[in-house]
Amino acid sequence: MSIRILFFATIADVTGKCEMEMAAPAGADVAAILTRLAQEYPGLEARRASILCAVNYEFARPDTPVRDGDEVAFFPPVSGG
Amino acid sequence: MFRLVKDPIDAASLRSGFASPQDGAAVIFEGIVRNHARGKRVRCLEYHAYEPMAVQKLEEIGAQARKDFPIRDIAIIHRLGRLDPGEISVVIMVVAAHRAAAFDACRYAIDAIKRSVPIWKKEFYEDGESWIEEPG
Repeated sequence: MSIRILFFATIADVTGKCEMEMAAPAGADVAAILTRLAQEYPGLEARRASILCAVNYEFARPDTPVRDGDEVAFFPPVSGG
Repeated sequence: MFRLVKDPIDAASLRSGFASPQDGAAVIFEGIVRNHARGKRVRCLEYHAYEPMAVQKLEEIGAQARKDFPIRDIAIIHRLGRLDPGEISVVIMVVAAHRAAAFDACRYAIDAIKRSVPIWKKEFYEDGESWIEEPG
């Protein structure tokens, strides 16, 4: 399945990009996507404890399932306001 | 009204027309860019957002505020891009029949924004810059 991945703020600094496409195995969850990303961008591993994820604009957990065509965003704790 | 804007926020013009004679209270919160943070002088800030999700979260905060407090209306406008000290980063306007609900809903909204809306602040100092990763 194909998913669109977005990175923001310090997470985009770590990966060096704001977005990418990923071909992920069917049945993958957020944790599996992040593990694959951390293989490509090792700097993500150290940030795993604080990194936040959203799937289709809703906050997601490590076990949130990801489906074909989903938009999955990874970002640090927010600091707006 | 729940919006992200790139241009300076004109709070006075936003306010006009928002309150109506049925309202007994209008509470307006303005977040202002401070010229100092973490012991350093702040030259300017940049706000970045995951825009479609941020707008959706602002709408959800507004809907929750209307559900939890007896208010008539709420609006939230957050600025993005580069801001100088003294500029308005966010405006929350709440109108209600009575002041307590307006104050409570406004406080709820700014706290919820700082917790759950995907917007990030980068501070620029005299000697460098830094992403902030915690609610201010």
